[in-house]
Amino acid sequence: MGTEQYHEPPEELSQEARTFARMCTSLIEEAEAINWYAQRLAIERDSAAAALMRDAQNEEFKHFSMDLEYLLRRTPRWRTVAERILFQSGDILEHGEAGEEAVDAGNEDEADPAPAAAPPALGGSLGIGSLRGRER
Amino acid sequence: MNHLLRELAPVTDRAWEEIEEEARSQLVVSLAARKLVDFSGPHGWERSATNLGRTEPLPATPVDGVDARRRRVLPLVESRAFFSLSRAELEAVDRGAQDVDLDALAQVARRIALAENTAVFNGWPEAGITGLAQASPHDQVPLTEDMSACPRHVAEAVEVLLRAGIEGPYGLALGPTVYRRVIETTEHGGYPLFDHLRKILAGPLVWAPGVDGGVVVSLRGGDFLFECGQDLAVGYHAHDADSVHLYLVETFSFRVATPEAAVALPSR
Repeated sequence: MGTEQYHEPPEELSQEARTFARMCTSLIEEAEAINWYAQRLAIERDSAAAALMRDAQNEEFKHFSMDLEYLLRRTPRWRTVAERILFQSGDILEHGEAGEEAVDAGNEDEADPAPAAAPPALGGSLGIGSLRGRER
Repeated sequence: MNHLLRELAPVTDRAWEEIEEEARSQLVVSLAARKLVDFSGPHGWERSATNLGRTEPLPATPVDGVDARRRRVLPLVESRAFFSLSRAELEAVDRGAQDVDLDALAQVARRIALAENTAVFNGWPEAGITGLAQASPHDQVPLTEDMSACPRHVAEAVEVLLRAGIEGPYGLALGPTVYRRVIETTEHGGYPLFDHLRKILAGPLVWAPGVDGGVVVSLRGGDFLFECGQDLAVGYHAHDADSVHLYLVETFSFRVATPEAAVALPSR
């Protein structure tokens, strides 16, 4: 069960790649939970129960968003694409194309999102990015 | 291999992990500006300038009857700080040593963070960067050594922002000396000053090396824009029999979109 999240032999993956895989699995699980609550809310007639489900779903929104932010901070190419798509008004497909072009133009030699060895982890970047929300 | 040339360094994977972990832990503590301003990026090593959306006239054009203007951009700064580590110490990492001497890296990490903070808060004229404290059009609210007056000063700064129509929440960057005074002070009744200030701001207090006194800033977003090309990274410079010479590097620009969204509280 514990290794189902790996597509490749875990012992051949770096610590960083295993963390990346765990966080991707968490992201999927949070999205699934959001979906389950959406379906339950769609048929629930008891308003008190529905309020509890909405509250629980809000938690899943938070978990999903935190997982996503973690992954984006540690994956510059993913972040570059996401920055051009997320929270933008207008045509999503066009933004997607712009994101793809940006990452093709700027990060051709960057390592894969979850490199097998440390150098060049994150293309050498320490993956610090924004620290908003941190006090210390 | 990219521009950091890390593969040329006589450093093992495990030692790289140790170097990166030490750099990251030092930087996250000291990079105060990133805790308060909008962050865009990383856009990559190739990013050279920030689009300002403005133009400037050109005095002449090659052909009569043609008008031309030149786009204005803000070039990114390439900030770099070198350090050397003992190869013997790095070899000790592979043997499982827990007390490896990475002090040189820690010092440089703090220095490059200080440079970034200073550029954002106080400006860097040679790099074309205006700091948010110097850009503020509001009267300064000096902080005195009397910490009992600190809540009044911070509340005054918040009120200045409210009067200017700048929404919160607000954050407070505090220079190390003032920060220490704040966390060691309790008010009448034993209430920590730190918690009182957080309530006034409805936002964080940030330990900010490079800040003189304090700066209150709005955290609503869109006011202070930090653009990162290459995010902080460790690169390889050279090595000899005894040492590996590395560096920390980043590229960035910073601009103030709303000067009214900050109030400086310099130490008196």
